[in-house]
Amino acid sequence: MKDLNTITIQGFERAKGRPGIRNHLVVVATVFCANHIVARITAAVPGSIPVTHNAGCGQLGNDADNTGKIILKTGIHPNVGGILFVGLGCEQHGATALADRAGATGKPAAALDIQACGGTTKTIEAGIAACKGLYGRMAAQNRRVDIPLTDLVIALECGGSDYTSGMAANPAVGVFTDCMVRAGGSVVFGETCELMGAEAVIRRRTSDPDIQGRIISRIGRTESAANAMGVDMRGSQPSPGNIRGGLSTIEEKSLGAVCKSGSLPITGCLDYGEEISRRGLNFMDCPGQDLTSLCGMVSGGAHMVLFTTGRGTPLGFAIAPVVKITANARTGETMAENIDINLSGLLLGNLTIARAGEMILRAVRSTANGELTRAEALGHREFGFYTSGPTL
Amino acid sequence: MHPNDDRKQDQGRKIQALGRAIVIAPADNVATVIHITPSTSCYRLSNKAGQSHRIMEAAGPVDFGHKIALTPIPSGGDIIKYGETIGRATIAIDRGEHVHIHNMESCRGKGR
Repeated sequence: MKDLNTITIQGFERAKGRPGIRNHLVVVATVFCANHIVARITAAVPGSIPVTHNAGCGQLGNDADNTGKIILKTGIHPNVGGILFVGLGCEQHGATALADRAGATGKPAAALDIQACGGTTKTIEAGIAACKGLYGRMAAQNRRVDIPLTDLVIALECGGSDYTSGMAANPAVGVFTDCMVRAGGSVVFGETCELMGAEAVIRRRTSDPDIQGRIISRIGRTESAANAMGVDMRGSQPSPGNIRGGLSTIEEKSLGAVCKSGSLPITGCLDYGEEISRRGLNFMDCPGQDLTSLCGMVSGGAHMVLFTTGRGTPLGFAIAPVVKITANARTGETMAENIDINLSGLLLGNLTIARAGEMILRAVRSTANGELTRAEALGHREFGFYTSGPTL
Repeated sequence: MHPNDDRKQDQGRKIQALGRAIVIAPADNVATVIHITPSTSCYRLSNKAGQSHRIMEAAGPVDFGHKIALTPIPSGGDIIKYGETIGRATIAIDRGEHVHIHNMESCRGKGR
């Protein structure tokens, strides 16, 4: 593979922090009461992206803090050019406070409260006007500049896994991961539950005893949480689809999943949504569930996601492009409109793993340079984050 | 029809009926089926690079993408894939037999 240090892409410069590979205008609900209004605003503003969820009220402790953190980090993400926060006025994390914090990073930001605006219709009207104002401010910083590919943060995910994931698609991603890490880039992977059974691999790949201990203990904590439910995990992890696709146990799934992290040392261990500030290969403690996992890694600063799937999934993400990769020939055919890279040749015997890694690098470059992924082109803008405690 | 044509047709049918399965790591005692037909009675086993071929007889039907045992595995014995334990047999498994949730279980996350 080409030395990644010789590759640049055209990114969007930001006042503070990393450049982005998209220049989104995002309208974010600070609480679920604003969801419909956010959807109506973005429906009327071409190119704007709605971010809605079911949190922001009735939460305690970590969950309450996490909601504020994730919403803010979504708004100030490198891929976001402008942000409108829409709140109700009485929720835990107010729109104005969030917009002030986003604005302090140099990001064009605005805020609306439904109660202050005077209800649905007036808030929608004000929101459309605010978005037009934000577009004007964003135009002033629509500059694309050359940035090294290795300045990007790449997240890794697997979803709808089957027997092809661990045998072919994940090892191919691992080839790219090794090249990116070796060249000084940043890669993050998570899905803690899907390391249950792969602890021996983690031990071999971590030389820092602190990092090793923290990852192993997080895997143990996830297993304890599952055990505390008093039910057999099978049917949730692995899922019914995983099982039909040949994965019999979580151990089998995990040993296949970890292949996407390549072969180089894991040098970072991050909490959910924590900023990915270290170069190299990072682990982030996230659920195995795809949507919340994507949200954690993107909130931490991941620019794009390499997402392997065996059985096929259309999932995208609100503010980061998701590149779909399959090595399942049937999925590559039946769900062709959702697949960016078809690596089924790996199992048919007419594609080498080195060549597959190159195909992935090519997709990373073109996506970073603005080419839409299938998920983006089809309008998949899913969003949702992890909550662990009770809602009051 | 010439007798040689019969033989060639027969050989063609046998090759088409040959299943294929991949052994991921040398220590594995299961292989993953990547090609199978309704009349498959034997598998060509190879590693991921397509090398180290050997033939093994099937011992019953198996689903595409599922595992078959490379050796007899006793009840309670480890199932090895990727060179690591992925679970254990819940009953004795014959060489060539389908290995999945009906005869193996996880050692993790079982609520106790």
